[in-house]
Amino acid sequence: MLFTSYGFIGFLAVLFVLYYLIPKRFQWILLLLGSYVFYTLASPKYMLYILATTVTTFYAAKYIGRLTVEQKKYIKINKETLTSEEKKTYKAKIKTVQKKWLIGTMLLNFGILAVAKYTNFAIANLNYMFEATGQSFQLSFWNIALPMGISFYTFQSMGYLIDVYRGKYEAQNHLPKFALFVSFFPQLIQGPISRYDDMSKTLYQEHSYDQNTVKRGFQRILWGYFKKVVIADRLLVAVTTIVQAPEVYDGVFVFIGMLLYAYQLYADFTGGIDITIGIAQVFGVQLKENFQQPYFSKNIAEYWRRWHITMGTWFKDYLFYPISVSKPMLKLSKFSRQKFGDAIGKRIPVYLATLIVWFTTGLWHGSSWNFIVWGLMNGIVIILSLEMKPFYEWFHGKFNVQHLWYFKLFQIIRTILLMSSIRMFDTYRNVPLTFKMFGTMFTRFDISDLWNRDLMGFGLSLGDYVILFVCLIVLVLVSTIQTRGSVRDWLSQKSPVFQYAVHYALILALLVFGAYGINYDSSQFIYNQF
Amino acid sequence: MKELIEILKGLHPDVDFENTTTLIDDQILDSFDIITLITEIDSVFDVQIPAEEIVPERFNSAKALYELIEELLEDN
Repeated sequence: MLFTSYGFIGFLAVLFVLYYLIPKRFQWILLLLGSYVFYTLASPKYMLYILATTVTTFYAAKYIGRLTVEQKKYIKINKETLTSEEKKTYKAKIKTVQKKWLIGTMLLNFGILAVAKYTNFAIANLNYMFEATGQSFQLSFWNIALPMGISFYTFQSMGYLIDVYRGKYEAQNHLPKFALFVSFFPQLIQGPISRYDDMSKTLYQEHSYDQNTVKRGFQRILWGYFKKVVIADRLLVAVTTIVQAPEVYDGVFVFIGMLLYAYQLYADFTGGIDITIGIAQVFGVQLKENFQQPYFSKNIAEYWRRWHITMGTWFKDYLFYPISVSKPMLKLSKFSRQKFGDAIGKRIPVYLATLIVWFTTGLWHGSSWNFIVWGLMNGIVIILSLEMKPFYEWFHGKFNVQHLWYFKLFQIIRTILLMSSIRMFDTYRNVPLTFKMFGTMFTRFDISDLWNRDLMGFGLSLGDYVILFVCLIVLVLVSTIQTRGSVRDWLSQKSPVFQYAVHYALILALLVFGAYGINYDSSQFIYNQF
Repeated sequence: MKELIEILKGLHPDVDFENTTTLIDDQILDSFDIITLITEIDSVFDVQIPAEEIVPERFNSAKALYELIEELLEDN
């Protein structure tokens, strides 16, 4: 069920009315039922996957949490009699058992994800190797559908398990409540990847109908739909046209396609997250923000702190830090310091962990080489920018341009261009082709192509371009206001007439300019496939 | 404490590490700085800071970080 389908809007309307009609203590149960209905409608067999993750994570976390409580109790009771050596041994014994449960559950759940998502990728690579070594043997592909949202809910559940293991908070002792945390339907499609300690504050609470909260939720939903159906789905036509005919659209058109995709992906993903957070807010549930005006970032590291924030922090907390400070990595660092000196030695753990994390981030996005190369390119650019730091510091000290608006604008445009060119691996979905098309931007760039050849060939009319241009200005304005505060706060201070005018303008824009016409079919969200 | 301040100064010479209490909140230290810091602490103090201790409360000030080092030294 697509967020943009009429069926989903109907489903949401029914759930919303029931939510505020039933006794408040049943509200979270309704959300759980709604989430399971939503998931079952996608495909009943998917339920087995999400149930397996829910049940295994719940019981493992419960057991790990219980051991922590028992350990504290035991040490407290025997405080006087235990020596510090005995305490240490006892703690180590408990930690070993907890670690076994943690690793076992993680292997099982990441194993399910790996089998469902990467089996055919592994088969394709093996077949390629067989062919390259002259063997006629070929493995046949496995007919397996990727369960909806599996990358998101697996990461969310494993984050919870690790947090309980680390003693960050106590385990949830109620299986259906935990099931809601894993399956909360608005975030199943494309995240955000929530943390249990954040989300549980409002997820299980009893919520009275609050007109202001509900209004703000609907405003956010409306804004998300606007970005999705007026902007992203319109741009999809042009981007697909350019990408699917690389022999026709090279040179300057590759550059145009690259920028259009940057615009499309932003509208699609942030629009989807606006809808998600808005729906949660309508039910009184607070979700973490996933974006913070990413296209205003001045460098790539900052961009990744402001784009898909919950995924970035997940990888940072549960992969980057544990790898970087692991015993083998610290040993490697010591060894390299002795062997190559301090300057190289201290770089090795950071750079190695960065590349591992970005390789995994690429793999998380999709089971194909283009995503892996995309991830590694991000890692390489981040490492290069770290190496360039002394130069930047020298440059800024010498020329003192950092505070100038045009220098900031230059940094922003540079970051957008850099990110957009790396993202070409995502658009062309083929590594050699991406390098080739990137090359044509320099070797066959002819600006006169823009007026000599038919721009309307992208499948868009002049009217579409006008709409997209106006929307771009609106997005930049809204993002600029957002850097100073909430747009909805600003709107709520305006007169009711002005507020209604804005709401109606958005609805009207959706109905009139939304990509719902005969030639359009509202598309799946890009991040749904991950 | 002096050795820790020296390590921190090596990362950002212009920051007043004796008095700043918002090293993470104000993004003075980023994730790369934190890893470099942890490897330096390992080589100077022979203390391994585990991943679960990488939280803002532990890294927001030199004082808090030094307390963590002392705790870990005690555990060793």
